[in-house]
This record gives sequence, structure tokens and C-alpha cells, in this order.
Amino acid sequence: MSTGFDVERIRKDFPVLSRELPGGRPLVYLDSGNSAQKPTQVIEVMRDHLAMHYSNVGRALHALGAESTEAYETARDKVAAFIGAPSRDEIIFTKNASEALNLVAYAFGNPITEDPRFRLAPGDEIVISEMEHHSNIVPWQMLAQRTGVKLRWFSVTDEGRLDLSNLEELVNERTKMVSIVHQSNVLGTINPVAQVLARVREVGALMMLDASQSVPHHAVDVAALGVDFLAFTGHKVVGPSGIGVLWGRGELLDAMPPFMGGGEMIEAVWMDHSTYAPAPHKFEAGTPPIVEAIGLGAAVDYLSEIGMDAIARHEHELTGYALDALGEIPGLKVIGPKGLEQRGATVSFTLEGIHPHDVGQILDDNFGVAVRVGHHCARPLHLRFGIPATTRASLYLYNTPAEIDALVRGLHHVRKVFA
Amino acid sequence: MIAESMYQELILEHYKHPQGRGLRDPYDAEVHHVNPTCGDEITMRVKVGDGGKVEDVSYDGQGCSISQAAASVLHELTTGSTVDETLAVVDEFTRLMQGRGKVEADEDVLGDAVAFAGVAKFPARVKCALLAWMAYKDAVVRSSK
Repeated sequence: MSTGFDVERIRKDFPVLSRELPGGRPLVYLDSGNSAQKPTQVIEVMRDHLAMHYSNVGRALHALGAESTEAYETARDKVAAFIGAPSRDEIIFTKNASEALNLVAYAFGNPITEDPRFRLAPGDEIVISEMEHHSNIVPWQMLAQRTGVKLRWFSVTDEGRLDLSNLEELVNERTKMVSIVHQSNVLGTINPVAQVLARVREVGALMMLDASQSVPHHAVDVAALGVDFLAFTGHKVVGPSGIGVLWGRGELLDAMPPFMGGGEMIEAVWMDHSTYAPAPHKFEAGTPPIVEAIGLGAAVDYLSEIGMDAIARHEHELTGYALDALGEIPGLKVIGPKGLEQRGATVSFTLEGIHPHDVGQILDDNFGVAVRVGHHCARPLHLRFGIPATTRASLYLYNTPAEIDALVRGLHHVRKVFA
Repeated sequence: MIAESMYQELILEHYKHPQGRGLRDPYDAEVHHVNPTCGDEITMRVKVGDGGKVEDVSYDGQGCSISQAAASVLHELTTGSTVDETLAVVDEFTRLMQGRGKVEADEDVLGDAVAFAGVAKFPARVKCALLAWMAYKDAVVRSSK
């Protein structure tokens, strides 16, 4: 199989991919949905900044302060361009996607803002889905506990698609916000944003996307999507951990209350009250993850240079190869779409009679194959399918058909051990 | 080939053919324990008779081979012994599991449970092996109340 994509050249950019594991095992990294590996281009930019340019940002007037601030704010420009944000000021650096989701949830029913879009009245509703990561469930549950707003959700079909059969009823004039995942971290399903958004607009609600699993894998343009908020995290886009992104429409960010109070988020402070800086700084209290933001800027440069469309094509072909190969294994059941339509490179499955923890342990120890096992922070989705856990292979730009073959060999061995 | 040493034949045998599985009456105490990180769970009932003799340990649950085999081995080792004897086994098993693979197991005390020695080298799996044993300890304490 050829994907018309020089994957061997790309693999050379990722030092870890050429290392050996103890016992002389090669590393077969199929866990990028959990966290992606880092290319030299990102590591070097971060190392260079730490070594030669580091200082605090925004509040240091010396040469290093200027260099650091320049690099940090340039990273914001890069991220804005990468996701098609109309304005750089709409890019808020958070520590991860979870913080971005919490930040938006915190704006609702908050006495600091009087904007009607964020005010909650008795009977108001928030809509999520059954296929959400815990980070797009728990913040809304906490909001419901604080304010009494009603939490509702889309179900998931047997094929692993969002069940839109009750869209009209579920998203209604009481709905304040619909927050769903763009691409499922378990099923691989890419959700039909336009269809949901059309209904959201009809009822005058807001819409947020958890794009943690889509932004790394295919071109995402927030203006084209037309939603109100989008969250993703740096470490899944070959950037460092400790940095995430919230994009929000500027006029909404202006209307929202700050999330955390502290340094650099203020305009002026008196002993009894404060006024706040405009976005994005209003939402970036305290010293931010400076080098991590700069690393994220380098990461999106790296991906842009290869081209998100080329990456998406490579993953698409690899996913087809993986679905075919896994389909040959007796007792293996894919949880999620079996076809390639509106589906990303995440393949979760069960192996009849064998617990995923046993699958993962043998794949790792005997074959150096790194997969994720468990409920992948999406327990309600696993409950929906009546299973406690799955084994998940999640592919990225540096994976190869040979690595899928290694996974398949490993799974045959697992079956032999537990036969 | 590190993990093969963890999946001892005896463990796989207990996993495929669990001993004493299924919840039974009568019982003095029932407990339900879970591993929140991996979702393994076990419900366990204990019946203690005259002279502190463990008359039955029945259980049901779901999880990986290590957690399920541990429950099966526990059933065999505890049923028919006195509570005091079994608590000594629990202590020795816990010591072995928490020893990071550096503790020499006392085979006289542990019997078949010594097959789990290899699990101690895998910190992420130790809690799997301990799930049933912690549930048992809890159930015994409750049964004496």
C-alpha cells in the first residue's frame, strides 16, 4: 500500500520512533489519540527559547522580555491562521482542552455577566452527547449542579453515529448551548456539525466543538464551520502538553466573565474591585505556559508545511488498511463506523472473551505495540455499548501499514495465549 | 517477552475456569469494590461459621484475567480456613504485590497465589491482582460486626 506520502522521511523527524524498547523491541506507537509524539522541529524551537530567549511575557520591559513576548504572541498568530480564526485576539491559550471547556461552561449563569446568551432561567437546557470525552461532560454537569440548568444529550446509534432523529425536540427554544465532540476519541466518528448547527441557529442557542481529535488530523477552519467556540489541546498536534486553545467568537468573548483572576488579566485593580483586560488576556491569568505556547506554534508550522490535506489522505488510507486487516481477526468487533465515510483514524475494538487490559499488556510486552486500553475517558459511551472497555489503536501522520501488520500479528498472538 | 512471566499457566487456567464463581446464599456480608481507573469490579459475599471458619466466599465480577483469576484463587485459598489464617494470607499477598517484584514470596503461606509474583513487576496491574483481596478483607471485617 502506498499513500503517496513520504512517511519514512516524516518518521525521521520524530526521534522517539527510532528507539528500541527494553528487550530489543521496536516501538510501534499507535496511541497518538492519547498523545502524539514530537518532531525535532518542535523540540528544537522549545530548547532554543528556553536556552536563549526565555523571560516572562507581557510584563518584562527588557530585551529578553520583548523576545519572549514576541515569540509567545507570534505563536498566537500561527494558531489563529492554522484554524482560520478571523482574529488573533480570539485565540486564548489555556493549559489544555479541558480548561477551555470549563472556561466556557463557567460563563453561563455567572452573575458577572448580564449578556442574555449566558444568563440561565429555570427550565433552560444544555445539550451534549453520549459520545463525549469526560472533559465535555463533567464541566456541564458541574454547571447544572451550580445553576439548576438541565443537562440533556444526543444518543449514539449502534453504528457509532450521533443519533439526530430527535434533533428538533432535543435542541429547542430552551437550549442555551450545544457542546459536542467534532471527532470521537473512541469511535473515530466525525460529527455532522452543519446539520446540528442549523438547528442551533434556529433556536438561537450557542454551539461549541471539542476539536481535540479533529484539529490534529484534518484541516479545521472555524469560520467555515460557523460554530461559536472550539477547543483543542497542544499535545495531540505534535506540540507539548500543558498548552491548549480556546477559540471563541470575539463578541462572545467580550461578553463573557473572566474564568480565573490574577496577573495580566486586568486593566486596573483597586482594593474593592477591578476592571479586566480585553480578550485574549482577560482569560489568561498568571504567567502562561510560555515555552509550551511557542512549541505549539512550531507544531502547527510543522503540520502546515506537510499539509493537513496530505496528512488527512495518509490517515484515510491507513484507516482503510487497518479496518480491513482487523476485520480478518476472529472475534474482533470494531466499536464505531466500519466504513471510511466521515471517520477518522481511531479504531477501537473488543476481542471476544479477552479483556482489553490483557490485550494491551501482551501487545506492549511482546511486540512493542503501544495502544490504549480502558474506557478512554468516555465511560458513558462504553456503558451505551454495554462494555467496560475497549482496545484503541489511534493513527497519525507517522504511522505505516507495517505497523498495522505488527498490531495484527500481536492480536493473533493474544488470541493464542487466551485460547 | 516480559509479560509472559506475568501470565502464568495457573493464572490463565483460573481465568478460563474460575472456581466458586457466582453469588450464593447464605452470607454474612456483601461488598462491591471497583477499580475506577480500569473499570474492573467485583461483588463478594462471605459466610463465616462457628469457630471463625470461612464457610463460603462467593463472588461475581468483570475485569481482566489478573483480577478475575485472583478472585478464583482467593476462593480456593480461603474457603475452609479460619478467618485468622486467611487474613495472614491477605497480608502476605499484599506484601508481595506491593514489593515491586523485589519481595521473595512465602510459598507456604500463599500456596497457588504465588503465581501472581510476576504481576508485582507491573505497577499498573498490581491493583488488578489486589481487587478481590481487598474486597475479601473488607467483607470479613463487616461480617464480624
